[in-house]
Amino acid sequence: MGDPMKIRARLQGDVADVRVLMAHPMETGQRKDPSGKVIPAHFIKEIRAELNGKPVFEAQISQAVSRNPVFAFRVKGAKAGDKLRITWEDNTGDKRTDEITVGG
Amino acid sequence: MRHALVLCAAAGLAAGLAGQPAVAQSDDRTAAEFDKFREVLEEANPAELWELKGEELWKTRRGPKNASLEQCDLGLGPGVVKGAYVQMPRYFADTGKVMDAEQRIVHCMITLQGFKYEELAKAPFSRGNYTPDPVSIVTYVAAQSREMKIAVPQSHPKERETYEIGKQIFYYRAGPWDFSCASCHGEDGLRIRTQNLPNFTKPGAQAARSFIGWPGYRMTGGVMHSLQWRMNDCFRQQRFPEPGYASDTIAALLTYMGVNSNGELYRGPGIKR
Repeated sequence: MGDPMKIRARLQGDVADVRVLMAHPMETGQRKDPSGKVIPAHFIKEIRAELNGKPVFEAQISQAVSRNPVFAFRVKGAKAGDKLRITWEDNTGDKRTDEITVGG
Repeated sequence: MRHALVLCAAAGLAAGLAGQPAVAQSDDRTAAEFDKFREVLEEANPAELWELKGEELWKTRRGPKNASLEQCDLGLGPGVVKGAYVQMPRYFADTGKVMDAEQRIVHCMITLQGFKYEELAKAPFSRGNYTPDPVSIVTYVAAQSREMKIAVPQSHPKERETYEIGKQIFYYRAGPWDFSCASCHGEDGLRIRTQNLPNFTKPGAQAARSFIGWPGYRMTGGVMHSLQWRMNDCFRQQRFPEPGYASDTIAALLTYMGVNSNGELYRGPGIKR
């Protein structure tokens, strides 16, 4: 299920400045634990953002992204009261979705 | 080829000697760039993830007594979190001593929720994907003092006494390296490698660097750390015996540095390299 994301959307005119903070270990699969065993890869594969149910942003990422990553993007045509829903899915099939109200 | 190398080295040396002020200037520029970097980081500080987690832990009924921490008195009355962090350590009449934020939270977890000190002290510091609950809770509590002035009280005689004890610990030289806190943090302009060391004996902005930015998210390892961890690590670096978790020794040190930080603006949980 993953821990909650922290999502912030600041309106500047009709453009929403969105910042998402995600809690994820983002293991590369290259590291070893103290006993020498490889720590299995565990990273976010896909991120999707929807504004009132309409996809506005999509990203495919991999191991190169840091632990507890931050993403920032802008959405044109947003207004106060819009529902912004963000979902990530990782390589183990784990998913997490959080939603906020823009300008709320 | 070898010739060219020697020439280069000589040129470098000459530039270095002639350019004393230039060196200082580039140091300033480096520091300014680091400040810019920090600003960007602070806008998106993963510490907020622990704020969320800490808030949940604060409000959820947990422990053998199945109670939340909402009756925990952080000095401003039971359940009052806003502004409590910048006024700690402070004197608590119920325990008869001066306690710092994490020590007080641990006290509440024991008295209100029925947790055992031994259990909490077993692995009190963050590591890998593990964050102890008190660290998350401290992060939440600290965030409720964001943009407030540091005002560690000194009105009770115990608080003044604890300040003096903290000062003594700060200056206490011991261990195989004959070290004290003051060896690194008692003078202006010192540094370890590229790290500038703030002078904590100088009240105001310098000393406040012991307070501001903690608890902090450490990018190395991606973990959240509280001042309990930082103090423990200072003791380790000095080759001192390890202090007890949430002990009075730490509370006294934090009182000394906290009072010296008074008047400065606290910016909430920080982010570190």
